[in-house]
Order: sequence, then structure tokens, then C-alpha cells
Amino acid sequence: MGVRRLNPVQPAQFAFTPENLAWASEVIAKYPEGKQASAIIPLLWRAQEQAGGWLPEPAIRLVCDMLGMAHIRGLEVATFYTMFQLSPVGTKLHVQVCGTTPCMLRGSRDLIAVCKNRIDEHSHTLNADGTASWEEVECIGVCANAPVVQVGKDTFEDLTPEQLNKIIDGFLAGKQPKAGSQIGRVASCPVSGPTTLTDPTLYDGSTIGAWKKRFEETSGAPDMANETSPATPGAAAGKPPPVHPAALTAMANAGLVKELEERSGGKALSAGELDKIKADMIRDRAIAGAAASQSVEPELLKTPRDGKADDLTLISGITADLRDKLGAMGIWHFDQIAKWTPQNIAWFEVQFDGFMGRVTRDKWIEQAQKLASGSRPESKAGKRPKG
Amino acid sequence: MLHDRDRIFRNIYGLHDVSLKGAMSRGVWDGTKFFIDKGHDYIIDEVKKSGLRGRGGAGFPTGLKWSFMPKADARPSYLVINADESEPGSCKDREILRHDAHLMIEGALLASFAMRAHTCYVYVRGEYIREREALQRAIDEAYDAKLIGKNNVHGWDFDIFVHHGAGAYICGEETAMLESLEGKKGQPRLKPPFPANVGLYGAPTTINNVESIAVAGEILRRGSAWFAALGKPNNTGTKLFQISGHVERPCVVEEEMGIPLKELIDKHCGGIRGGWDNLLAVIPGGSSVRCITAEQAEAVTMDFDALGKLGSGLGTAAVIVMDKSTDIIGAIRRIAYFYKHESCGQCTPCREGTGWMWRVLERMERGEAEKREIDLLFDVTKQVEGHTICALGDAAAWPVQGLINNFRSVIEARIDDYQAKHSRMAAE
Repeated sequence: MGVRRLNPVQPAQFAFTPENLAWASEVIAKYPEGKQASAIIPLLWRAQEQAGGWLPEPAIRLVCDMLGMAHIRGLEVATFYTMFQLSPVGTKLHVQVCGTTPCMLRGSRDLIAVCKNRIDEHSHTLNADGTASWEEVECIGVCANAPVVQVGKDTFEDLTPEQLNKIIDGFLAGKQPKAGSQIGRVASCPVSGPTTLTDPTLYDGSTIGAWKKRFEETSGAPDMANETSPATPGAAAGKPPPVHPAALTAMANAGLVKELEERSGGKALSAGELDKIKADMIRDRAIAGAAASQSVEPELLKTPRDGKADDLTLISGITADLRDKLGAMGIWHFDQIAKWTPQNIAWFEVQFDGFMGRVTRDKWIEQAQKLASGSRPESKAGKRPKG
Repeated sequence: MLHDRDRIFRNIYGLHDVSLKGAMSRGVWDGTKFFIDKGHDYIIDEVKKSGLRGRGGAGFPTGLKWSFMPKADARPSYLVINADESEPGSCKDREILRHDAHLMIEGALLASFAMRAHTCYVYVRGEYIREREALQRAIDEAYDAKLIGKNNVHGWDFDIFVHHGAGAYICGEETAMLESLEGKKGQPRLKPPFPANVGLYGAPTTINNVESIAVAGEILRRGSAWFAALGKPNNTGTKLFQISGHVERPCVVEEEMGIPLKELIDKHCGGIRGGWDNLLAVIPGGSSVRCITAEQAEAVTMDFDALGKLGSGLGTAAVIVMDKSTDIIGAIRRIAYFYKHESCGQCTPCREGTGWMWRVLERMERGEAEKREIDLLFDVTKQVEGHTICALGDAAAWPVQGLINNFRSVIEARIDDYQAKHSRMAAE
């Protein structure tokens, strides 16, 4: 492990582009309801791509907010995983030279010398005009094509120092040099050509179905008519089948059925429609989460209406102390809280340090709505309006 | 030598069509439905009988691992495929992901069905960006063809999702992978409970290497007897070997388990650079196993048991060859640095020990050490080994032990040289 710190200079804010936001909702949908924290690495990675190859601190906060995670959890992840660059990298290229033993045996130290010579003596340091930077990384997993560097998404394999120089030239000139082996090898095939897989009958389709013979000998022909073999790619899928009952149970378990019914208008759904609605639901949540990260001031009143404030302590989670502070900010009535949007909650959380998540966790808004409509708890002990 | 017909990965170099259509013409997805109809237990039994041992390094019997999954449980079951190929020297899963991904997807369906799982996550290492894209393309094709997904032609609802890391070797450890997949730092969990009981999201989970999963379809088609007949007893089947370092032509190649190392290198890699007389040492199973000497390398066969007897291991079958031009202390020092860099920091012996071992080796590489420190270093490796939650501590200790066991004389000569050059003043 090493010490990894955030860059001292950070942009004021970060927001995903609409395309990336839509993409993020698809990613979040891969994980079960309530487990959206799983999406943190892909989302931070996309944020890094959008921010120009490094991960600014506001992006970490934004992603945490989208996923309902405490900011410290995101900071832990960002500092633990070394592919997250915590300070700016070259605008045209950031060379990652693999320095681990298999590459070292085939000359990676000469490649590092090229980087020091062309870019900067020190890794993670921008060159004079900020276009290039480099670092030595641990095994990239391309050992049979060593030595290797990675730039962006591509690896450049079987390198010599001269070729690396040319590749750096190419990127600096704004080109995309050809990735892969630089000596014309096909993947990890021996350079002189394959020593295996030369039997043409492997590729003429004659192997298909050969396995059936084994079962014919023992227990008669298996029921292997064409209808049981896999569909041809691209074949028409036909009419979408209705929702499987198990799918509905899963949704019920996830507490989603009510929302699903609202969105479907109560009619039976095909699997395709169901998937679409599920994706929409998850996207909406992601967008709501993203919106929440931009705080908006709610309606505030200088003094209570008619000089008479509601007793906000009837809301479970609001103490007398907090009631006084809310009053000082201009919040006196249940109906004020009842109207809060996610952005307003974000505003509250900014104003009242240490109350992160309290509003939603204690369901203030639902409580306030009930109280605003005149309902009152039966006793002080059972304060929370029954839901 | 293994006959081409007995090779499972028929497009490992990507010389042929990588699309679903191409994969099907090579026999992938052939009869998958037939085997699913044979039931959960049939598949587990066949894989057990085949003798397949996990291809991720530890060599745990795959069928046995599958049988640990609960048969009836209210929680969902998960399959997680370990594509976090990070062991220095290993580069086989990369070729499967980008060239033979359909073998893995088919295997994932069969394995998930056998374990009554409907969801599979493939955890691809962060650096494999193009590989991830290729895998996603293959998965999309399989969805479009209704081979997987809800209401697919196989009658077992199955979703497969690609997830990725961001550069942490430790996430290849199965419980660290689950932590990472849950959105946390990749720090291994204590076992028990084992993932088959409490795994991903607290639900029963099996974690398998890409290669272990990818061979499942062919084992069923050709039969467990076919697979078990290849290789040696207890070390059956075929294996992707990855040869890097000082050979004439480094490559990835599928061969029979138990092939002599000499045959493997001579047939597929054109021999050692400068001939076998020029060989110094071989790390036969990825950076974390102990190295073997040239003499041992000439005689050893490539399987779990034969390499285990030499105090080394097959690991991921990543063969790192070092000829006599190699500074063996420097090579191991670089491996020690790797483990220092990749230690997750959770257990003190590993967090402190990996850095300690690396710093001592830095000095030993220059000869700037005392001979008694060699024993001290060995003693420290023993204090790290076996004293940590996961095997990273062991993996960091073994290469250093291999160095001291096999090349102690080299270290001593280096120290003598240094002392001769910096002949110390007599005590004043």
C-alpha cells in the first residue's frame, strides 16, 4: 500500500453529462435493489474519464450522493484503487509502464528511461506544457507480450525504446497510434505463427453435434431435435411472454410493486415492458439522487404566519433545540417541511451540519404532510404519526 | 503432444471469427439445453468426475466447490467469475475474454444452473478495458439470441453482468472481490463463514476463475471421462500455459496438464534464449510461487503435484523464465515491491512485512547487507507466511524463500563484492 492523497487544487464542482447520467442509471440497474453502492467503481471510472483522466474530489462526492453512500466511503474507494488518478494527468497522454518482473526481464527499465527523458524525471508529474505524464504500474496482465505500456484504453505490446518514442510522438501530435503488438504478432500467439490449432476440421463445422454419439451408444438417441438447440443469432424473438410470477415476487420483496403498479397503470406486463419500467424507475432514482446534490433553498418565512408557529417537535426526529434553529432559519410550519423537494433536503443538510440523511431516514416530509393536514398523535410518547 | 481436437480454446489467438456465429461454428453452445435438461446434479457430478481443479491458482476441485452451494435457500444464489487476472506472469483470461468469451458465457450458464443461481457477475480487472468491451459484446449477442436472459431457450432465467475493478491485485482474492463488488475497499474477509454460505450481499456465492468456468461446456459435451483421461491422475485435463521472460518466443498456449516444462518451452516457445545451458531459474506458476532452479526445470512436469513436491506450485501456470543474464536478486526484489504495493494493509504482518522484505532486498541487490541478515530475512518471511487473513502474505513470503533456498550463494557473493569494494576501515 502507499499513501494516496487528493490533489490540493480541486475544481469547485462536477456534474455528469446527460449521456453519462443515463449510462449511470443502466449501470446501477445491474445490481439488486438497495445494493446500488456496488456501482461505485464504474461510476467513479466514468467520472474520471469525463474529467480528463483524473478524479476530482467533487466527483467523488457526487457519485456518493447518487448511490446513497457516505462521502468517506467514496473517498476510501477512490484512494484504495490505484487506477483512480487523484491529481491531473497529461492532456494528450498518460503513459503507464508496467515495471513488474516479467516486463522487467524484457526491458521495461529502458522504457521507463524513455519516459523520464521525454516527459519528466518523476512519475505522476506533468511535462512542461501539461500534455504528458507517466507512471510505473504493477503488472498489467499482458506478460506474454512484454514489455508493455498502457495509454488510455489500449496496450502497446512487445515494445522497444524506439517504438515507445514513436508512440509518444504520435499521441503528442494528436494521433492514435496503432495498439497491440508492435512487432506484428497476433495477440499472444508465438511470433513465428501458431504451433497449435492448425487442424482445419476444427473450423469447418464438423465438430458440431459430435458429442451426441456418446449418448446414442449408452441410452438411445437424446431428444436433440432442432427445436432444443439454441436459436440462431438474430432470429425473431416472437411475442414477448408474460411476466413470470417469480419476477413479481422478487419485485414485491424489493418493495417495488406499488410503484410498478402506478407506472404500469395496473395492466399485465410483458417481460420487455417490465424491464423497461424497471430501468426507468432506476434511472429516475439516479437522476433524483444527482439533483439532490444541488441544493435549493426552500420557502422561508421571516416570522410565523399569524404569529403562531406549529409545534415542530411533534415530528419525530426534531428536538426543541433543532426547532429553535429551524425557526431562526425561517421554518415555522408543518406545511413548509411537507413541500420540501430533494434539493431542499440537500439545502437543509448543508445548513445543518451533522444531520445528513436524517430527513429521509426519519421520514420528516411524510410526517409533516400528515401533521399539516390536521392529524395529531394520540400521545406524546407515540409521537410519530402512524403511517 | 495434445491433439488439436482435444483443445478447448479453439480461438485463443483470435485468428477466427469471435462473434456468436463464429463461436457456434466451433461447437460452443452446442447441446447446452440437453445438459441443462439433465438436471443440476448431473452437471455437478460430471465436473466432479472430470477432476477439474480450479484454474485461478489454488487448484481447489471445481465440482466439489459447486456442491457446497445450498440446494434450497430463501436467499438468491450468485456466481461470481474472477477475471481479475493480476498475478504477474498471468495473461490467459485476457485471451479468453476477448477471443473465446462465448465459452465462458456458456459455462457461466451451466455453472449457475448447477448451483441454482440466476445471476452472475464477471469481475474484470480495471486495466482490461478492451477485453471488457469484447466480453460485453459477446454477452449482448447471447442476450439477443435468447441464449441467456429472462425466458431464454434454455429454460433457466439467467443474467450475466460485467463488473470491473480499478487496479487492485488483492481483489483477485475471492472475499476481497466480494467486498469490492459491494462497493467497498477490497479487503479480504475472515473465513468462515465461507462465501458458499455468506457471500455476495450476504447470499450464497461461488467464485470461479474464468478458465474453470469456460471449460465446463466442453467437459459436458465430451464427457468427464475424456477430460479425466488427459493429463495425470489428480491433475487432469488441459490448461492454458503462459510463458514469459527469456524464451525465444513468449506465448499463451493450451496444453495437457503434466506436460514436461522442457517440452512446453521447446515446442511452443522455441527454447530458452541462448539454450538450456543459459537457463538460471524458472518461476513456474506466477510471481507468488517459489522459483525453481535450472536443474529442476529440466526435469519437472507442469502439474499441481509435481511442482508442489519441489516446494513451488502450478499457480496460474504462468511460467516466468530467467536466463543467466538475470539479476535474480533484482527480479525477486521487484516481486517483493509488487506485494508491498498491493498489500491491502489490513493485517499487520503483511502490511509491515512486505515493505520490510522489499527494503532489505533493495540493499541485498546492491550487496549492502550483512550475511546474517539473510537468515533474518528468511525468519521474517516465516513470520508473515500463514499469519494473515488471506494468502497475500504467503504469496509475498514464498518468492523470497525461493530466492534464499536456491540462490543463497548469489546473495553472499554480492555482499562479499560490496564489502571488498567498500573495504571498511579497521575498527577505530
